[in-house]
Amino acid sequence: MASSVVLEARGLTRRFTGVLALSGVDFRLLAGEVHALMGQNGAGKSTLIKVLTGVHPADAGELRLNGTVIEPQSAADAQRLGISTVYQEVNLCPNLSVAENIFAGRYPRRRASGLWRIDWKRIETDARALLARLHLDIDVSRLLASYPVAVQQLVAIARALSVEAKVLILDEPTSSLDEREVARLFVVLRQLRDQGMAILFVTHFLAQTYAIADRITVLRNGELVGEYLKAELPPAALITAMVGRELSAAAGRNVHASEIEGPAVLEARAIGRRGQLDPVDVALGRGEIVGVGGLLGSGRTELARLLFGLDRSDSGELWMDKAPVRFDSPSQAIRHGLAMCPEERKHDGIVAELSVRENIALALQARMGIWKFLPPARQHAIAERFVQALGIKTADLDTPVAMLSGGNQQKVVLARWLAIEPRVMILDEPTRGIDVAAKQEVMNEILALARSGLAVLFISSEMDEVVRVADRIVVMRDRRKVGELPGDSSEQAVYHLIASDT
Amino acid sequence: MQRLLRHRLLWPFAALVLLLAVNAAFNPGFWQLQWRDGHLYGSVIDILNRAAPLALVAIGMTLVIATRGIDISVGAVVAISAAVVALMIGGELVVKNGVQTHVTRFPMSVAIVAALAVAALCGLWNGLLVAKVGMQPIIATLILMVAGRGIAQLLTGGQIITVYYAPFFFLGNGFLLGLPFAVFIAAAVWGAVHLLLTRTALGLFIQSIGINPAASRVAGVHERLITVCVYVFCAFAAGVAGLVISSNVKSADGNNAGVLMELDAILAVTLGGTALTGGRFSLAGSVLGALIIQTLTSTIYSIGVPPEVNMVVKAAVVFVVMLLQSAEFRAALRTVLVRPSPGAAP
Repeated sequence: MASSVVLEARGLTRRFTGVLALSGVDFRLLAGEVHALMGQNGAGKSTLIKVLTGVHPADAGELRLNGTVIEPQSAADAQRLGISTVYQEVNLCPNLSVAENIFAGRYPRRRASGLWRIDWKRIETDARALLARLHLDIDVSRLLASYPVAVQQLVAIARALSVEAKVLILDEPTSSLDEREVARLFVVLRQLRDQGMAILFVTHFLAQTYAIADRITVLRNGELVGEYLKAELPPAALITAMVGRELSAAAGRNVHASEIEGPAVLEARAIGRRGQLDPVDVALGRGEIVGVGGLLGSGRTELARLLFGLDRSDSGELWMDKAPVRFDSPSQAIRHGLAMCPEERKHDGIVAELSVRENIALALQARMGIWKFLPPARQHAIAERFVQALGIKTADLDTPVAMLSGGNQQKVVLARWLAIEPRVMILDEPTRGIDVAAKQEVMNEILALARSGLAVLFISSEMDEVVRVADRIVVMRDRRKVGELPGDSSEQAVYHLIASDT
Repeated sequence: MQRLLRHRLLWPFAALVLLLAVNAAFNPGFWQLQWRDGHLYGSVIDILNRAAPLALVAIGMTLVIATRGIDISVGAVVAISAAVVALMIGGELVVKNGVQTHVTRFPMSVAIVAALAVAALCGLWNGLLVAKVGMQPIIATLILMVAGRGIAQLLTGGQIITVYYAPFFFLGNGFLLGLPFAVFIAAAVWGAVHLLLTRTALGLFIQSIGINPAASRVAGVHERLITVCVYVFCAFAAGVAGLVISSNVKSADGNNAGVLMELDAILAVTLGGTALTGGRFSLAGSVLGALIIQTLTSTIYSIGVPPEVNMVVKAAVVFVVMLLQSAEFRAALRTVLVRPSPGAAP
């Protein structure tokens, strides 16, 4: 395909309080291509996107759109020039309707004869037409909040398409989509690409990069590593380019079910909640990793919330060490030795403006109560220990946790729970939105935990992770458990079970 | 020096110093203190005395705001507490066998405890509405803001109840070690709260709840219980302020006691650098804020601003202090005032 350069950057440099986030990065985006931007957390992907879209001005370097130098001063500015962006976190208003969200800020008006009123009819028809391009047929007059995140993500893309965009930037658009939805999104992206749109795609999923991208640009530590054709860069080489060193494959499990002794540490018998989860049986043994396989919306997170007392079950019972227990709140579960890394790190995990030290000490302090105060020096010592043990990268322990990269934030949440020395750890998507190397480290940490006798419930959308670490796999679909598989099952076996007996 | 310049209380403190300087310029006797009958008298002492009730309310308000809440019923709680204590003390001067004695309806200690208990009950109501029912704080406390003043008027029968019992006047008019007793009350409450926040995990929990209630709950923090307690304490502090105010004016006026005090308290908290979005907070800042507001009121009187415009002047000063607190505004100001040197690294 004879394609022309649409967006070109030369020598982009951007500093944040002295730290070089981008250093002389060259980048080009061609018409009619899907271009993947890869790199670990902190490699400069987000900064590059923010410079391209005018959120942050570049300190040095120039930006050309179709050969003309541009200096977008804001995201709105960039959008006017034809650069549309969809961010990782859905940046829409949940309390507005789908149609309002798509056209917010540029509602079409009626003519003078209509007193320049907002043309609601047109908004709705246009919104429906736009969503139809994404093969999405929903009621556009309903509130955005009434749809799942995946649909909200597609609405965000529709909004980006509704302006005459030449360049579409997608910052991790798939991090909350399940496979079917990803496939649907890719169909749309290919269609847009074939119409000549230049698409920049940022993701942590290697498989998705290879499924959709034509070319790949790799960043590391704010510098350009290289620009490659997909065919020229096998996955192993890509990982090496991103990490800067060879990555050893993660160690597999070596504990077998037979070695797991004693009664279940935590056992759920027919635990359920009407409308959220049909009764489920799960048992966790000492030192055992039980994986939960299932697509988004299969009831995985609901199960985790019930076990941890975040929601109340209305059927079934929980047993710990042969005694019935009941958790009406997380604090009760914690007192019994449970811990949970929740799915939404920003919403349920980190306390953004508190320091790394305070975040790590929080659960331990909550279990000790208000009166037995851990003095800052003790908090410091505890935090120091886990920062060392988990390799958390932070300027110091008093840095607000929000300043850390996603992977390091996740490790802080993990450290918070390790500090209470739990007996059962529930991990809901512990590796979501963190880069390859951090993922590996978190996974290794989980394996080490199980080896030391912890019972782990491991929930992940990435089936390869589940089958690799789990001793047993609980397979879920449509808010119920459809079966259980041994740990050495293949991904195909899990998918087969999900797809069967409908 | 750098640390001092970055200190979060720098700007409120600067505002207070500036206001005091303006006062001193217009009123040469401003800093003069007189020693009379073992008491200190002077404008500064007067400001301290009058700022004490507001500081009390602002301390409670700080904790509520730190949990992402707000309590606009504190003015009504001040009125209720004042009404209860005045009603229960009542008091008259009786001459018995030629000796003047004060007679009260209930012992003063009982009246004070009852007034504070009623105030705490008001806080419990607010806290339950917010934490258990899940109402938005401004709406939940709006209910008591409106109803509370009605209750206070009901208690006083729509009248101003005068207290005739001299020992009670000590709270708002008395002196200890030469200083107004109300200042000691405010200082004691501040000290107690400060100890509670720094020697227990309460400070950590309150901040954590204010920044991210969902994550705090997952981490095992009893977020609802703490929220309720914070509202109870806020109303309790307002109750104490009500005692001081009614003692100071020797009466209780259900209609006018503590009117608009909720706004002054919120203002004091904001002036002190605590954001209404919750999380990080500063008790000392709120006390500074209360002092700024009271000093401002005194300044307006002492420099002879006509009463018609004094609210406007007050608003203008508050506006400027708020602007100075905004980091964005200071950065913008800097780019206007300081010409950027060409070629300097940004």
